[in-house]
Amino acid sequence: MTDKPVVAVVVFPGSNDDHDAAWALGAVGAEPELVWHADAELPPETAAVVLPGGFSYGDYLRTGAIASLAPLMAAVREFAVRGGPVLGICNGFQILCEARLLPGVLRPNRQLEFVCRDATVRVDNAASVFLRRCVSGQELVIPVKHGDGAWYADGGTFVQLAARGQIVLRYTEDVNGALGNVAGVVNEAGNVMGLMPHPEHAVDPLLGSADGGLLLAGLVDAASAHRALIAA
Amino acid sequence: MRASVLVRPKDGILDPQGDAVRQSLRKLGFDVSSARVGRVVDLDVDADGADEARSQIERMCTELLANPLIESFEIRLEE
Repeated sequence: MTDKPVVAVVVFPGSNDDHDAAWALGAVGAEPELVWHADAELPPETAAVVLPGGFSYGDYLRTGAIASLAPLMAAVREFAVRGGPVLGICNGFQILCEARLLPGVLRPNRQLEFVCRDATVRVDNAASVFLRRCVSGQELVIPVKHGDGAWYADGGTFVQLAARGQIVLRYTEDVNGALGNVAGVVNEAGNVMGLMPHPEHAVDPLLGSADGGLLLAGLVDAASAHRALIAA
Repeated sequence: MRASVLVRPKDGILDPQGDAVRQSLRKLGFDVSSARVGRVVDLDVDADGADEARSQIERMCTELLANPLIESFEIRLEE
């Protein structure tokens, strides 16, 4: 065992941010390990899982729908149920919603255009596991690049999620027609998070922003804590 | 048994694709006040009779073909 926590980055056919995610995780202190979606098991030393961005299965049927049924997703579900930290970025967020590990669904952008630019998101709940390196109300600049990023849930669900602190990131402006400008949500237990912006593209000021590094470092903190918990 | 599944955006769900189609139809001069775009899935299913086929397809719809949060589905069995 290295002293760095192993973060499994799941590779689906059509993932294209898997290597960026692995690189960024390495830059914030994790030991990334790419894992093929058709595998049955996560590596035994897995301390966190990242589902990266991309266009798994060419976005057939609905974004994330086919990938949510990949063999490895059963292992990811089991890992999540046992409290393991899981982060879905962009297509990974879509997959987690389709797998019903996260509430809501990602719909086509209201403007019907692919949006690709820096977005400002506000931290709504810094108590959330992955956002403990931030403070509530803090604004982060993280790029978005998606065609199906408009998060939606029915009104009752939305109110309930907001009351429970499960809405963790919101855009400071309307980016894609998402309900309540939601950019990221967590599950009820708080150990599964999805967001449309790409923190792995914002870990170095040379790339325009290092704000994404705060979030990924939060994931690595959660991975270390989870590893200590299962070792105990 | 052959069947078609019609998947539609639920009433009240914003359908930007349908709206773009409506606007284009209006550009062509058609007086269209609403257009909604869904999808059709044609299936060949091995089943003993229509009832079993229908119950199998209902499960297909809830488990994969439609997302119940935003989509409704209608099953049409061919006689």
